[in-house]
Amino acid sequence: MMQRIINTIKRYHLGPLIGLVILIFILSFATAKFFTFGNLRNVALQISVNALIAVGMTFVILTAGIDLSVGSTLALSAAIAAQLMVGHINPWLAGGAALFVGGLAGALNGVFVAYAGLAPFIVTLGTMTLFRGLTEIYTNGMPIFNLPRGFAGFGTGTFLAIPIPVWVMALVFVAAWVVLYRTTAGRRIYAIGGNERVAFLAGVPVKRYLVGVYVVSGILASLAGIILASRLGSAEPTAGVGYELDAITAVVLGGTSLMGGEGTLIGTLIGALILGTIDNGLNLLNVNSFYQDAVKGLIILAAIMLDRKKSAGR
Amino acid sequence: MAQLEMEGISKAFSGVKVLENVNFQVDSGEVVALLGENGAGKSTLMKILTGVYTADEGQILIDGEAVVVRTIRDAQDLGLGMIYQELNLFGNLSVAENFLVGREDKFKTLGFVNYPLLYEKVSATMETLNLNRNPKERLVNLSVGEQQLVEIGKALQQDVRFLIMDEPTSALSKAETDRLFEIVHALKAKGVGIIYISHRLEELFRVADRVTVLRDGRFIATVRTEETTERELVSLMVGRDIEDRYPHEQSTPGESILRAEKLKTSAIRDVSLEIRGGEIVGLGGLMGSGRTEVARALSGIDSLQSGKIVMEGRILHLRSPASAIRSGIVLVTEDRKNEGLLLPFTIRENLALPTLSHRSRLGLVRRQDERKNAEEWVGKLRIKTHSMEQATENLSGGNQQKVVIGKWLACKPKLLILDEPTRGIDVGAKQEIYQLMNQLKLEGKAVLMISSDLPELLGMSDRVYVMHEGTVRGELQGREMQQEAFMRLATGGEV
Ligand SMILES: Nc1ncnc2c1ncn2[C@@H]1O[C@H](COP(=O)(O)OP(=O)(O)OP(=O)(O)O)[C@@H](O)[C@H]1O
Ligand SMILES: [Mg+2]
Repeated sequence: MMQRIINTIKRYHLGPLIGLVILIFILSFATAKFFTFGNLRNVALQISVNALIAVGMTFVILTAGIDLSVGSTLALSAAIAAQLMVGHINPWLAGGAALFVGGLAGALNGVFVAYAGLAPFIVTLGTMTLFRGLTEIYTNGMPIFNLPRGFAGFGTGTFLAIPIPVWVMALVFVAAWVVLYRTTAGRRIYAIGGNERVAFLAGVPVKRYLVGVYVVSGILASLAGIILASRLGSAEPTAGVGYELDAITAVVLGGTSLMGGEGTLIGTLIGALILGTIDNGLNLLNVNSFYQDAVKGLIILAAIMLDRKKSAGR
Repeated sequence: MAQLEMEGISKAFSGVKVLENVNFQVDSGEVVALLGENGAGKSTLMKILTGVYTADEGQILIDGEAVVVRTIRDAQDLGLGMIYQELNLFGNLSVAENFLVGREDKFKTLGFVNYPLLYEKVSATMETLNLNRNPKERLVNLSVGEQQLVEIGKALQQDVRFLIMDEPTSALSKAETDRLFEIVHALKAKGVGIIYISHRLEELFRVADRVTVLRDGRFIATVRTEETTERELVSLMVGRDIEDRYPHEQSTPGESILRAEKLKTSAIRDVSLEIRGGEIVGLGGLMGSGRTEVARALSGIDSLQSGKIVMEGRILHLRSPASAIRSGIVLVTEDRKNEGLLLPFTIRENLALPTLSHRSRLGLVRRQDERKNAEEWVGKLRIKTHSMEQATENLSGGNQQKVVIGKWLACKPKLLILDEPTRGIDVGAKQEIYQLMNQLKLEGKAVLMISSDLPELLGMSDRVYVMHEGTVRGELQGREMQQEAFMRLATGGEV
């Protein structure tokens, strides 16, 4: 078992994992505050939103697709949940409605990709703007405040000293892991990414699965939106701008190929952790915010290089 | 006169030895065939020669002097050209542009591609190959055989001293093969040394001067073709005698399994045929006659414009390969690389793909079942591998084909359609596939086989339908099953 774990690490996540360990190592020495329970918990909380989106993104990218609309989907569903709650609808119902809308948004992407045969990049580029526009219309461009107190507990509360969003993230990871690695659906998603034609000829209902992965992505973006609204205490029409890029970065950092068919969920988790650790570390080190992005970019490039090294030589 | 030698070559992949102390030699103006079972190491040896892989031990000598071949570029500079077994072409580019890739500096004027020059050169090469296509045509629109010709043409455009051909004819029709042999003879006369790999023994006697046999990565023997026989080659290659090349079994056909009535798709018209249980039916014709298209219609890939497919008395409405598979019809396609295998995926995963839902409970894959399935087919088909977890892209060509056949047999089909099932497969493995077909037949299953290998088609089938220009021209059975009668029908004549 141990050997198998090591082999898997070797095969897929060597680069990112080493990158993460080095980062943690350096930061632990550079600042006393980094390697404390309080801070690590903070990192976990910080990454939860991005990690949730990145899980959905992993599903999509495994089929050789991409979903640029997640940031807008996040904003749209957060706004819907908030508006319903302000109208005294039960938070659970409101959340459910928001997830449903997220799924619907994903289905729209999926139908365009699978049945109209359009390129995922173009479809989701379009819906990214469309969903953002719908959010602005729906909110009149204003943030929605005064969310019920109980709802704030979802994003800010803890259970066994761990923040609830972190629990949600963990649950989603486990569930997604089971789907990808234990079910026929997961196998078929990989197969479609590996070679769509071979999958189709082998009887895989390719179109249905393509719609499915975008629905997953939409639902998880919307779950991330609910968590974000709950933590901030408001739903902003501009929430989630640029989040699609963070999610894609996490997935790619984790070693998943943009060509599809190759990659892992654990890699994505490591990718999200690297991003979160960098942000946290740079803050603790009081790095001037102008420099933060540049440093972050360099670290990302370094991590990706480490990962690509292994596949270069024979 | 130049001489190319490989001396004491050894190579292992992740600890598994695939070549051990192999010696090989070819002179200019000579054709040497390299013969061996699937996985014997032929392609690997040649890839070492062209710098794709590096040998662990041994050296390469030209005219007695050791040379270093570390990259494909090195090989090109030394005048070593290779036509790979697997096509390495760009489907999205035009035929001419495929010639251009990697050789841009030859067709450059002031940094721009000189298209008129390119088209001129490419047209000339295509003419020598009898490839009658527009150089501007997109490559995907060409048949596999035509693509193979493009690959050959690419190698011909370089000035090579030694040319390696790894199963160049496996996708070619008879006429195309004849044309290729003329080219081989012309090259030979020009003093090019040729290494020729093929599983078609009769070809070796037509083109090769000598044959070098490999078995399990070891050098077995080199014999002169004029001093040997097919039988001897086979026993050198597999280490035992094979009695009957086409082991045809007598059986009494049962009920009709599938009946096609006046099928019409965009590529075929008026195709009617019937396949009964316990019967191997051949479907032959020249390349482009619509054989593959019939298979595609029967397996739900191409939709019918008119006509009907009746299976065990019920009319089928096939909307996709999935519905054909559910009805018990499976197709082993001719293009294993693009349609048959998920190349980077493991043998286990490939063998389970079409039957995943049977290997699951509540959507969860039963891995035990999946592993057993892989072991069963690796065993039955004698797929040569050291692990079920091997990526299929690292298997030899023939073993890849066996994986494709295995994944379809795992579906326990009522009708198995095989499109060129023994392409690129060695004599021993062919036998195993024939035995399997016979076994299916004796179990009362129906088999429809498409093959360009005429002796095989006539040897293994109980009856043969012959296609010509998109329709069934006639049917041969019993005594009529002769090459001459077949060719007459295939070219549009009468029996
Ligand atoms: N990159 C690789 N990694 C691991 N194993 C490999 C690799 N390439 C080839 N092999 C193994 O080496 C052996 C020899 O393969 P090779 O392709 O040279 O056989 P071949 O004689 O050309 O067979 P065929 O007639 O089927 O084409 C096979 O067992 C194959 O699985
Ligand atoms: Mg080979």
